Amino acid sequence: MRWGVVTFPGSNDDRDVLRVAERVLGDEAVPLWHKDTDLRGVDCVVLPGGFAYGDYLRCGALARFSPIMEAVRAHAAAGGLVLGTCNGFQILCEAGLLPGALVRNRSLRFVCDVVTVRVERADTPFTYGCRVGDLLALPIKHGEGCWVADEATLAALEAAGQVVFRYTDRAGRAVAEANPNGSMANIAGVCNSERNVLGLMPHPEHAVERLVGGEDGLRLFRSVQAWLGRGAAGGRREPTVVPGP
Amino acid sequence: MAGLVARVVVTPKRGILDPQGKAVQQALHTLGFGEVADVRVGKYVELRLRDLAPAEAEARVRAMCERLLANGVIEDFRVDVAAERA
Repeated sequence: MRWGVVTFPGSNDDRDVLRVAERVLGDEAVPLWHKDTDLRGVDCVVLPGGFAYGDYLRCGALARFSPIMEAVRAHAAAGGLVLGTCNGFQILCEAGLLPGALVRNRSLRFVCDVVTVRVERADTPFTYGCRVGDLLALPIKHGEGCWVADEATLAALEAAGQVVFRYTDRAGRAVAEANPNGSMANIAGVCNSERNVLGLMPHPEHAVERLVGGEDGLRLFRSVQAWLGRGAAGGRREPTVVPGP
Repeated sequence: MAGLVARVVVTPKRGILDPQGKAVQQALHTLGFGEVADVRVGKYVELRLRDLAPAEAEARVRAMCERLLANGVIEDFRVDVAAERA
């Protein structure tokens, strides 16, 4: 498959994602510049972490107006896959492609850690190879990762099963002590209602090799591969729909 | 046409957690300003406008706020437009 990775001025995890696609997954990796207007036929476009436009005004507020975002919007509207990690998640929220917003961590401190996230939904392309309740160890590194929305939006997301990842302790309990940034309902990642756009604050691209950071992040990338190839290798398997929490 | 100045104040929405405001409030209490019941930290944006009739200015600036300067999910904004002082 073809992965596209957008570089905005200030992105800094773009090369890590390209490396995962090419070296770890053995797929095609297509670097995209924020001024490009064409996604060059990629199957999944990734908005990487970093500090696009220096996080000026609000994280992601200026990046959402980069020329490539029109193509990303059209790709998403056509059912194409879009994955945003960290700053990419912030950009997707600012662009209105994902619900809510990401604000300063409740502690006011930048957090750099490895956290446990629980898979809440296996019926997205990005968690297709996971089971509900699976615990993943993923790195985080952010100052503005506190996901917020109004109560009605949160309730609607929960009801629609759009909360995909939640911060938990190692026993899988979504307790306050396991919440690194103060996100509502311990939310670490959400998807859109069509489930083809996912954003999360943790960095799956930094957890793809046993030697450094573990391999749990690889499960998201492998899920996308499996989901896209699900009709190809015989025995078509539809995403498993499971009840929410 | 005289220049105009738009003053935009962006504040965290009621009900949205404002950790900066909370930290500032605590600091003020520590300094003995116990009367401070609530603090919300926002942003101030000043815009100098040209070639725009005063009657149109407020609507234009409000549109700027809605598109870029504020995020309606988490922020409210106030707009004030006045003639630029010579």
